Amino acid sequence: MTAQHEKLADQFRLSLDADELENCMRCGFCLPACPTFVETGLEAASPRGRIALMKAVVHGALQPDDGFAAQMDLCLGCRACEPACPSDVRYGRLIEQTRDVLASHAPQSGRSELLRAVFLRGLFPHTRRMRMLGRLLGMYQGIGLADRVRASGLLRVLPRHMQDMERILPRATGRGVAQACRQAGIPNRTERSGGAQMLVLPPVGERVGRVGLFRGCIMDVLFTETNVNTVRLLRESGFEVVIPEAQVCCGALHGHAGELAGARELAQRNVAVFAAAQVDYVATNAGGCGAFLKEYDHLLQQAPHASEASEFAGRVLDVSELLVDHGRPLEMRADAEMETVTYQDSCHLRNVMGVKRQPRALLESMPGVTYCELPGADHCCGSAGIYNLTQPGMASDILTHKMDDVRATGAQVVVTTNPGCQLQMRLGVEREGDPGQSAVHLVDLLAQRVAFHDS
Amino acid sequence: MFDPSIREELVSIVGPKHFLDDATNLMSYSYDATPVVQSLPDGVIFPATTEDVAKIVRVCASHAIPIVARGAGSNLCGGTVPVAGGLVIAMGRMNRLIEIDQENLTATIQPGLNTKEFHTRVEQAGLFYPPDPSSMVICTMGGNIALGAGGLRGLKYGTTKDYVLGLEAVLANGEVIRTGGKLVKDVAGYDLTRLLVGSAGTLAIITEATVKLIPQAPFRRALIAMYRSLDEAARTVSRIVAAKITPCTLEFMDQATTRVVENFAHIGLPVDARAILAIEQDGEEASVQRDLAAIEEICREQGAFAVRVAKTPEEGAQVMEARRSALSALARLRPTTILEDATVPRSEVAAMVLEIERIAAKFDVRISTFGHAGDGNLHPTATTDARDADELHRVEQAFEEIFWTAVELGGTITGEHGVGLVKAPYLEWKVGHAGVEIMQGIKRAFDPQNILNPGKIFAETRKRVVVQQ
Repeated sequence: MTAQHEKLADQFRLSLDADELENCMRCGFCLPACPTFVETGLEAASPRGRIALMKAVVHGALQPDDGFAAQMDLCLGCRACEPACPSDVRYGRLIEQTRDVLASHAPQSGRSELLRAVFLRGLFPHTRRMRMLGRLLGMYQGIGLADRVRASGLLRVLPRHMQDMERILPRATGRGVAQACRQAGIPNRTERSGGAQMLVLPPVGERVGRVGLFRGCIMDVLFTETNVNTVRLLRESGFEVVIPEAQVCCGALHGHAGELAGARELAQRNVAVFAAAQVDYVATNAGGCGAFLKEYDHLLQQAPHASEASEFAGRVLDVSELLVDHGRPLEMRADAEMETVTYQDSCHLRNVMGVKRQPRALLESMPGVTYCELPGADHCCGSAGIYNLTQPGMASDILTHKMDDVRATGAQVVVTTNPGCQLQMRLGVEREGDPGQSAVHLVDLLAQRVAFHDS
Repeated sequence: MFDPSIREELVSIVGPKHFLDDATNLMSYSYDATPVVQSLPDGVIFPATTEDVAKIVRVCASHAIPIVARGAGSNLCGGTVPVAGGLVIAMGRMNRLIEIDQENLTATIQPGLNTKEFHTRVEQAGLFYPPDPSSMVICTMGGNIALGAGGLRGLKYGTTKDYVLGLEAVLANGEVIRTGGKLVKDVAGYDLTRLLVGSAGTLAIITEATVKLIPQAPFRRALIAMYRSLDEAARTVSRIVAAKITPCTLEFMDQATTRVVENFAHIGLPVDARAILAIEQDGEEASVQRDLAAIEEICREQGAFAVRVAKTPEEGAQVMEARRSALSALARLRPTTILEDATVPRSEVAAMVLEIERIAAKFDVRISTFGHAGDGNLHPTATTDARDADELHRVEQAFEEIFWTAVELGGTITGEHGVGLVKAPYLEWKVGHAGVEIMQGIKRAFDPQNILNPGKIFAETRKRVVVQQ
């Protein structure tokens, strides 16, 4: 073993949870749940295989070389293996610990390191920079520049998958949900608690609870409208909605990419901000963020204020859970158009937050909607955070098979519950869908079909 | 590592994409679902056709390279661990359902076909293939045939060996043979089909199989009976058999098993019972209802404090599916689960259950028991920790005594998992010295160079150590 690999192996011995590794008894029940195993048929590309490789590294039977790192990078982190595991192995923790070690020790490839520096450290954690980017992107799209740049062929310098992404990005804004709510004329007031400022939007009718909106960094720039619709639906269902100004990115993308320190810093800020807001629940509309927020207790286990973190984690719910299980039932418009709709689970919403019933219940409750279950809805679409940028080949293969399944349902609308999934499904629809087919967020479809009592 | 020229020969058969020998991939084919055993191969190859397999075997034969055929690596006897190194032939690309023949009620498949997928497609055609090992969501038909897999429906419908009608297989010299066929009757010479079923890849490499299908039963219904003692549950089993009722499934679970399964599956299993029986019957509706009523009565007579009859067939299917997770779910208690499948005549199930309890206490190990009580096939499972050498040794001693007891009661050391690597030292206890010798003779006739899955089935026989008390 080379000296460098030896050092890395030592770090794995310190960082990987030895009990969790031992808990995998290698039955293989996770194999059919794993998208990368299904695509490749290779044991090393399965959860059981990856755990065996981690264990071999810890036991000194395998060098943590490039081949090892490549298998760890190939994992989507969708965690479909966890509900499939009868032994209750927390694979998500093992892959995060592994990536943390790899990220801090192994030399990253130039492109991957650039992506990390730009997005994870330079952009996502900074609300103002995200807004600025949103404004620039919005301008680029708005003044017809996007069309002209496309026509000029300039984008050909980008890899194919980046060009695809550019095409399906929604119209960005620099406004953010709080400003957009104000501009939309939704009744609001500003509250302050210990120097922190928050926008409070009163419920429609009697109040059933107070909800803090976790707006998300990408959500708020690229999907401002979805955030606004989330606010409207929550209010309609009886919730007072609070949007604390000082909240930051959840840190999920950092955590999944092995930047745990960065993730912890963001988590601590969010815990404090929402504690000050004194809310009953924290609402998310992005499965990826929600799942990460829900695991702040684990992330901050060793940190100061661990008990606040676990209290926070206990309050995190997806918007669909709030609407179905905690709020007043929404009244649907009877005159909405007829549509066949299918639903692609957000992996983290389903596998980590355990939410699969509520989005389906909402879809089935809409007059005019024929809901058709997507075969393999619990299989990742290939988006997986920034996976579609770092592993374009595998992401594309997975998406192709996903679109075959979508076609089998005959649905015009593919509903998702996470921005990454929505972009990926939009890419799928654009690339190989039928004309007239679209991919929308559950919240946006609901907003079209709910009979609001507060116009 | 293979010599570069051998590597070259292998790559030329399947192409560079389908031969792997980097450290990561070798490590990931060094194990299967069997605890504690692991050994690295020198290469892994993914053939696409029988012809590929024949060429691969010829290369290996000319260089005396060990060959291990592998499906999903879900077996529990170390059957696919490459203990002598060599080449793993992974069957994942040969996974086609070649045909379902409605006129002969047969199916022809390639070995890499997933068992659950096969079940689904057969059932879509209105037919039924009963063998249903608990690993069916991942395991392959080839693996099932190689190890003679059983399952939950063994008592009424038999196991894999009762369904294989014909095989195509590559011999150790690269010749291809075809045995049996779509035939109900066939006594042309020795029954090589039966001989290859359960031979664990030690006699030939199976490349295609034709299996028997049967019509689907029109009606099925399950019940769960709950007991305050293991003994009452176990006695019920013999009474049901003696009452000339043959349910399609008759499963036993002790309390520890029921609890972990419920923790995983959340289907409302009775976690307060010391033992439960999950019983399912299929057939014409009237006869199923009649059998279930009779079974319920026997359960209550033997001391069941409650009996719950499922309202829908799905409810029953849910219970059986949860039951299939039992082994893995037990790993929630301790990280290592070592399970055996000692099998006794059905009349001895109660005696065996009590013996297992006694032996666990004697060696101070924790053993949970579940299994296919209806066919006498129990799964005593030790929950332990592979890192605790002393405890692991006691587990081994306890299982030795369990094997011995099973054989004494007229049973066998393995009902459905196969001898493979881990039970080879005990084979002689079951089949005797002459039995082992004739089996070794058969092995030599098929594989004179001993390249097909060496190290499996045969090992130095463990001496029976009697501990003085």
